[in-house]
Amino acid sequence: MTRTIAFDKRSRQQTHFTTCYMCACRCGIKVTIESNKVRFIQGNLNHPVNKGVLCAKGSAGIMKQYSAAKLKKPLMRRPGSERGAADFVEIEWDDALDIVAARLAKIRSTNPTQLAFFTGRDQMQALSGLWAQQFGTPNWAAHGGFCSVNMAVAGLYTIGYSFWEFGAPDWDHAKYFLLWGVAEDHSSNPIKIGLEKLKRRGAKFVSINPVRTGYSAIADEWLPIRPGTDGLLALAIVHVLLKRGLIDWEFLIRYTNAPWLVVQTPGIAGDGLFARDGQDNPLVWDQQAQKVVNGLQPEIAPALFATVRLDDGRFARSVFALATERYLDDRYSPEHVAAECGVAAETITRIAHEMAHVAFNQAVELPIRWTDMHGRTHDKVVGRPVAMYAMRGISAHSNGFHTCRALHLIQMLLGALDGPGNFRARAPYPRRIPMRSLPENDPAVIFAPDTPLKRMPNGNPTRPEDLVIDKNGKPMRIDKAYSWEAPLSPHGLMHMVITNAANGDPYPIDTLLLFMANMAWNSTMNTAEVREMLVRKDEHGEYAIPFLVVVDAFHSETVNFADLVLPDTTYLERYDAISLLDRPISEPDAAGDAIRHPVLELDRDVRPWQDVLVELASRLKFPAFTAADGSPKFSDYKDFIVNYEKFPGIGFLAGWRGVDGKSSLRGAPNPKQWEKYIENQSFFSYRWPDNMRYYKFANKDYLEFAEKNALFGTPPAAVIMQMYSEPLQKFRLAGQGLYDGPQPSSATDRERLAKYFDPLPFWYEPLESARISRTEFPLHAITQRPMMMYHSWDSQNAWLRQIISENFLYMNRGTAARLGLADFDWVWVESHHGRLRCQLKTMEGCEANTVWTWNAVGRQAGTAGLNNDASEATAGFLLNHLISELLPHSRGEDRRLTNSDPVTGQAAWFDLRVKVSKCAPGETGIWPRFAAAERLPGDDGRRPATWRYHTVPAS
Amino acid sequence: MRLGLVIDLDTCVGCHACATACKEWNASSPVGGPLSDYEPFGPKPSGVWFNRVRHYEVGEYPENKTINFPMSCMHCVDADCVTVCPTGASYKRDDGIVLVDQDKCMGCNLCAWACPYGARELDAATGTMKKCTLCVDRINDELLPPEERQPACVLACPTHARFFGDFDDPESEVSRLTAERGGFGLLPELAYAPVNQYLPPRELKAVIGPDEVKALLERGLASLASPLIRR
Repeated sequence: MTRTIAFDKRSRQQTHFTTCYMCACRCGIKVTIESNKVRFIQGNLNHPVNKGVLCAKGSAGIMKQYSAAKLKKPLMRRPGSERGAADFVEIEWDDALDIVAARLAKIRSTNPTQLAFFTGRDQMQALSGLWAQQFGTPNWAAHGGFCSVNMAVAGLYTIGYSFWEFGAPDWDHAKYFLLWGVAEDHSSNPIKIGLEKLKRRGAKFVSINPVRTGYSAIADEWLPIRPGTDGLLALAIVHVLLKRGLIDWEFLIRYTNAPWLVVQTPGIAGDGLFARDGQDNPLVWDQQAQKVVNGLQPEIAPALFATVRLDDGRFARSVFALATERYLDDRYSPEHVAAECGVAAETITRIAHEMAHVAFNQAVELPIRWTDMHGRTHDKVVGRPVAMYAMRGISAHSNGFHTCRALHLIQMLLGALDGPGNFRARAPYPRRIPMRSLPENDPAVIFAPDTPLKRMPNGNPTRPEDLVIDKNGKPMRIDKAYSWEAPLSPHGLMHMVITNAANGDPYPIDTLLLFMANMAWNSTMNTAEVREMLVRKDEHGEYAIPFLVVVDAFHSETVNFADLVLPDTTYLERYDAISLLDRPISEPDAAGDAIRHPVLELDRDVRPWQDVLVELASRLKFPAFTAADGSPKFSDYKDFIVNYEKFPGIGFLAGWRGVDGKSSLRGAPNPKQWEKYIENQSFFSYRWPDNMRYYKFANKDYLEFAEKNALFGTPPAAVIMQMYSEPLQKFRLAGQGLYDGPQPSSATDRERLAKYFDPLPFWYEPLESARISRTEFPLHAITQRPMMMYHSWDSQNAWLRQIISENFLYMNRGTAARLGLADFDWVWVESHHGRLRCQLKTMEGCEANTVWTWNAVGRQAGTAGLNNDASEATAGFLLNHLISELLPHSRGEDRRLTNSDPVTGQAAWFDLRVKVSKCAPGETGIWPRFAAAERLPGDDGRRPATWRYHTVPAS
Repeated sequence: MRLGLVIDLDTCVGCHACATACKEWNASSPVGGPLSDYEPFGPKPSGVWFNRVRHYEVGEYPENKTINFPMSCMHCVDADCVTVCPTGASYKRDDGIVLVDQDKCMGCNLCAWACPYGARELDAATGTMKKCTLCVDRINDELLPPEERQPACVLACPTHARFFGDFDDPESEVSRLTAERGGFGLLPELAYAPVNQYLPPRELKAVIGPDEVKALLERGLASLASPLIRR
């Protein structure tokens, strides 16, 4: 039987290609519009990121567009009302911009450091960073300091590229894949697409994660590791590989600094630095010439194991000799680490053997001719097909930097980097190690009125001289990035900004400008106290943070604390550039960037934040935004993107450059560039010819091309991977009092540098864990990232919240039984810092000493466009209440230290330890609870009990 | 013709992409939309969804496994939901798709009781029964590009765990996958002959055997000395 079926009326529909922004993945989407409403959002089949597929978040983009949480007009705290009461009046844009511009002009002309500008899930850091640099404040960063900076810094200081955005597993050729920790946050679709490819090919997928949810569900083998011990497991794998000689010797000798000689003069300046010749070249022992030679030369035969006396009489040992000595020690044997990691010694040994077997006995050979750094041509590329990926699960520990370096060490030993089947670089990486971009640190520039910084606010220090501290060693940034407490912190420490500003430490500020960051809720540690800090007043009754501007598209908890709210558009209503100068959409085989463009007309009085930034830059007459006659150089963001050049021929978008639109990567501005992008489905992809695809770090054609196009910050010669990190050693020498340059005066800082700036990866117990009693707080507490919600929480999507709108504390079933706990019990969860009450659920797939919950499900009543009795407010909770931004005080320390990785300043979310106990009878309900926020002007708070979204009226 | 889905439990990560893609397509579909959402901004939000993903654990720690299980209408060959429908609203098409004629349905719920898979969803706002249409208005819409004439869930699935096709055609991808991978239908004992098939998680053979370990160690042991390799 067949009856007539009605179809969509295509004639009244339009389709547009643009880029998703439901999370940080930046997939290509095809949006169908009908009656000026969104009919359908699907993946773009031609897009290099998602190749047609789309995740739950992207598919629910419609509900972000029609979220009840959308801001509608600029808001000003009602004069006389208290901050945080959310008592706002609507104001006009002209008035809002006058207020901001006047305040900023005054700050800029007196002391530019009085502005702190921090951004959340900012996909235009190239613009916001440029804006901060032009303003002249060092107090700028995006959210990387509490997200992934451990992965970024460890990668960029070790292999020249990194996990997450600057590298990717080679899903097409890998035969063995290890996923370290939770990674459902970054990236979404590419990992899912990749896991399927692995599975279809019969590759093995090993998940190392305390919790078996998400991607780990389909792992062939699950290793329920104890949180924070991944580095120990990684170094035990290194131990096995070394002990059995399961090493890619050629890779180490040609592409890493393993043979470089390290000066051994303990207790004397210069100890631990590379032995160098008069031209600063690192030295190695040439086994054939039987002498010390410049280690960068071709055709020498460097010894991996060498101890030599240098011409000046000092002893030196090769990096690999030092490494072997460390990792062959029983400290890192599988038997020794098994109990601490919770992974059996025989399992560790077997995994190491499996990796080596696949790497060496199942190598992938592709008939691709390429030329190495010395100009030697090879007729094939050989890949060790062992791939790894890691993100938050490694990053969010205070030992995450060294753990990530340990993963890169395994990759080096196996030769499993940027070849077929392993972990590949994505343009504009690999880059020089370390990158040549130092943060501005000249006090005369930083404190100069009306003066842009000469360098960017953020960069990559290589030695103590590069720190952003004054001559007394005091931090010059509000977040204390690049201070002795967090020397290599190129993403800043956004999680410390409010605490430091409220305490006037290192100095008070005037204005805090927050974009797309919910720092009064899920994006902060210690949520309740941070909320108190935002409204804290001094003895004169003035706010400790005098002026707070919040920029967001949606009604977040942080909006309620604003003195001024500047409403942004949604991602379907504005222009965006996802730039190679920033965080591009490159894939291993192609450099790429992308745009967004409006596919819907605005229906409320909001403006794209980029346009507002360009407008403010013009009003404040930033040099880069002002023509010679004093008039604005750019009419708006769209105009800026087309016409701004960072260097001649290099702009924000790399496609269709040149006046004729025919140049790629480099070329003059093209006035029709936006049109070309839109014509080409909103992305640009520059595919590498075969000879440039692999071993980019040592691929002559690639390196020369990259250098010529000035895009990539690549060195003229090869990127030599840094198994041993000399920049780290320089900081360590400063801690040891052996550095000929700035040294910390505080004993606390000296000890931290001496311990944590080890030039070779090592494992240490996470800082917070090491300071509190295991007996009192026996359980690790972490969060997992719900794939169907993560990064989409701003709008509290009406469809996604039907999948998850409340959370539980999950515990291993056996552990719960031992503690006398059962499903749906109300429990107290206590840390050294605070406690919360929630409901328990038990499960099998949870390491026995770990509890966990979903991240960022709980909301404050009255926010996010939800009813006050929404589940998120009544049955959702944040683990953040238990996490302090400061470490517990330790005897002998001169101050409270940040709860962060001591190298990078990465927020140590996952170091948390707790105890869990059953609530007394009658003690029920989520705690803490916060009073419902006031409704914003223009919101009557009425929401439909039933909603029937559709683009055309039902017949 | 016997149109239906193959769902690969070996690659399904439980991400709910299929469920939301289904929701957004069908919300504005002229066949079954709109789909009501209840308390979309309030407590215990819920709504009409044609496709829901369930999550199960199998086995005990640490040998446990997590199984993600998307479920929607199985488009049974012997669909009791059609047989019991008193108004003729539920019907089975020649291509095998089971549909509900919204103009004839009176929301009596008999079909929902007959369906052992929980695939039917009563829309409280219209008082009619709704369910997976296999995106009949996509797969037959000749104005769509051929590659897009697929159910929305299949197009979206990031792990390509979903396949659409004709099980009557032994050469089709769905038939082939079912045969090769030991696909199974749910609750065969009820004899409704569900068309949709699930592929079980595979067992990976050992990456390395004892002999290979031995060979690996023989290969490796001699090597922990500086080999003479030119840079």
